[in-house]
Amino acid sequence: MTLLQPTPGSRPQHILEVQDLTKMFGGVKAQDHINFSIEKGIVCGLIGPNGAGKTTLFNMITGIYRPDTGKVVFNGKDIRKTPVHRLVKAGVARTFQHVELFSSMTLLENIMVGMHVRTKAGFWAAVTRIPAMKREERQSRQKAEELLEFTGLAEDAHKMAGDLPAGRQKTAQIARALASNPLLLLLDEPAAGLNPVETHALGQLIRKIKQSGITMMLVEHDMSLVMEMSDKVVVLDQGKKLAQGTPRQIQSNEAVMSAYLGNG
Amino acid sequence: MMTDKNKTIWIEYLVFLCVVSAFGLITENTYYLQIMTFIGINTLLALGLNMLMGYTGQVSLGHAAFYGIGAYTTAILSGTYAINPWLALVCAVAAAVLIAFIVGLPTLRLSGYYLAMGTLGFGMIVNIVIREWGDVTGGASGFVGIPVLEAGSLVFMSGASYYFLVWGIVFAAIIICRRLLASRTGRALRAIHDGENAAVAIGINTHALKLEIFMFSAALGAVAGFLYAHFVLFISPESFGFMFSIKIVTMVVIGGMASVWGALLGAAVLTLLPEVLHGFAEYEMIVFGTVLMVVMIFMPQGLTRGIMDIIRTARRARA
Repeated sequence: MTLLQPTPGSRPQHILEVQDLTKMFGGVKAQDHINFSIEKGIVCGLIGPNGAGKTTLFNMITGIYRPDTGKVVFNGKDIRKTPVHRLVKAGVARTFQHVELFSSMTLLENIMVGMHVRTKAGFWAAVTRIPAMKREERQSRQKAEELLEFTGLAEDAHKMAGDLPAGRQKTAQIARALASNPLLLLLDEPAAGLNPVETHALGQLIRKIKQSGITMMLVEHDMSLVMEMSDKVVVLDQGKKLAQGTPRQIQSNEAVMSAYLGNG
Repeated sequence: MMTDKNKTIWIEYLVFLCVVSAFGLITENTYYLQIMTFIGINTLLALGLNMLMGYTGQVSLGHAAFYGIGAYTTAILSGTYAINPWLALVCAVAAAVLIAFIVGLPTLRLSGYYLAMGTLGFGMIVNIVIREWGDVTGGASGFVGIPVLEAGSLVFMSGASYYFLVWGIVFAAIIICRRLLASRTGRALRAIHDGENAAVAIGINTHALKLEIFMFSAALGAVAGFLYAHFVLFISPESFGFMFSIKIVTMVVIGGMASVWGALLGAAVLTLLPEVLHGFAEYEMIVFGTVLMVVMIFMPQGLTRGIMDIIRTARRARA
């Protein structure tokens, strides 16, 4: 499947290694010596009660925050100091908990802008419309159409992104992230606000993305979705790693139970 | 879908060229030609600012500074040092782009009100430099002795020849803006406008891109300044002050943000209105202000969008 072919050149067995990561906000330890790694091609669930530090961890992996200490190694390289746009080019893509599509652009344009790091045409190419630019433009459009087909949004291609129903906007966000040909895709609560039918369709989509070889990290409160999709689950609580293991191991872990249900 | 869009664009260009040529060929009244020439020069300014403000969402309150830099660079080089004006044009654009780069590097890290304040300060500094650097710029009393533009045997004096020169450049600028907007760069600019955080997250180097478009808008401003200087042949600092920066912002807002034809319409309205309102004598500014307020209240999206909406509702009412 060429549509979602991840960028070649990946060597190590672990796509992501988080080593001894710490981040303070004021006096609060948002991340406290976090360690884990993600093997290539798996889906890794990241769960924990509200305020456990899941989104903070996402923000450090995607280059929005810098850790105070520790390392994030992506595809064999330390990415602590890599600016976001380079990181996306290296193959890290994400979606947001709250949908942030570009609302004054059509859905198709949203997907095309998602290819920014994989395309080249700059100012002069655009103004002179050299053949290479036209070709790239044609290819981008075609690939965007294929991606919309892949995610089941083809019929909405020419609608304004802001006019789509919430569920479709969430899917569109995933399609836009896929447009950058990621090696690692981070999904921040993709099922929040979806009805059961939409959640089921989301599960199907995650499975299809996994089949194409893209590694995923999934922050989600819908436990049945996380347990069904994940090969591995990492549990955070109050900035600390509480547990990690297969969904089955996590479900029978007592520390996890008490974190969720309280130490009554 | 694609071909339809292309067709409308060509029709728009054709209508534009017909109207511009017809006006230039038929009109013999030099006053009208002069006003139309000013509209063309202001359109260049509004187009440039529109790329930055309308499409990318970055407000600049110092756009007149680049207009001034363009005008004074060509005035000094071609007037004082007798350098060929066309070479002076290249220097004027280069100077504006370079200054935009230096100023934009720190200020475009700002956003919203802070960016507006930063560019406002920059505009004022440029104006003070022009005013105080009397030996070179002529200071507050202005710069006299700007040569007339020539190309071979063609002399661009006020009248039809200058009118066609200006509108030819406007046409080229419209095509350049259009092409830029329909490209990868244009999509990225609109992405920044819609949500800068999301734009960063999908891998757009927003700072570099904002800087690039700031430099582009400065270049268009400098071209406008060049055309203005060789048209009026006498320039003074008032034409490039804070009030004029505000006027360019008004052109963009009234015409309609994020619309290439809106820039043209806004420039036309803001250039024509004072001329039409001369009859109101001392009440001129009050009427001017009222007209702007009424437009903004009833057409907050600007004239282009407002008029299109009216046409659409009228059509629907008839159907």
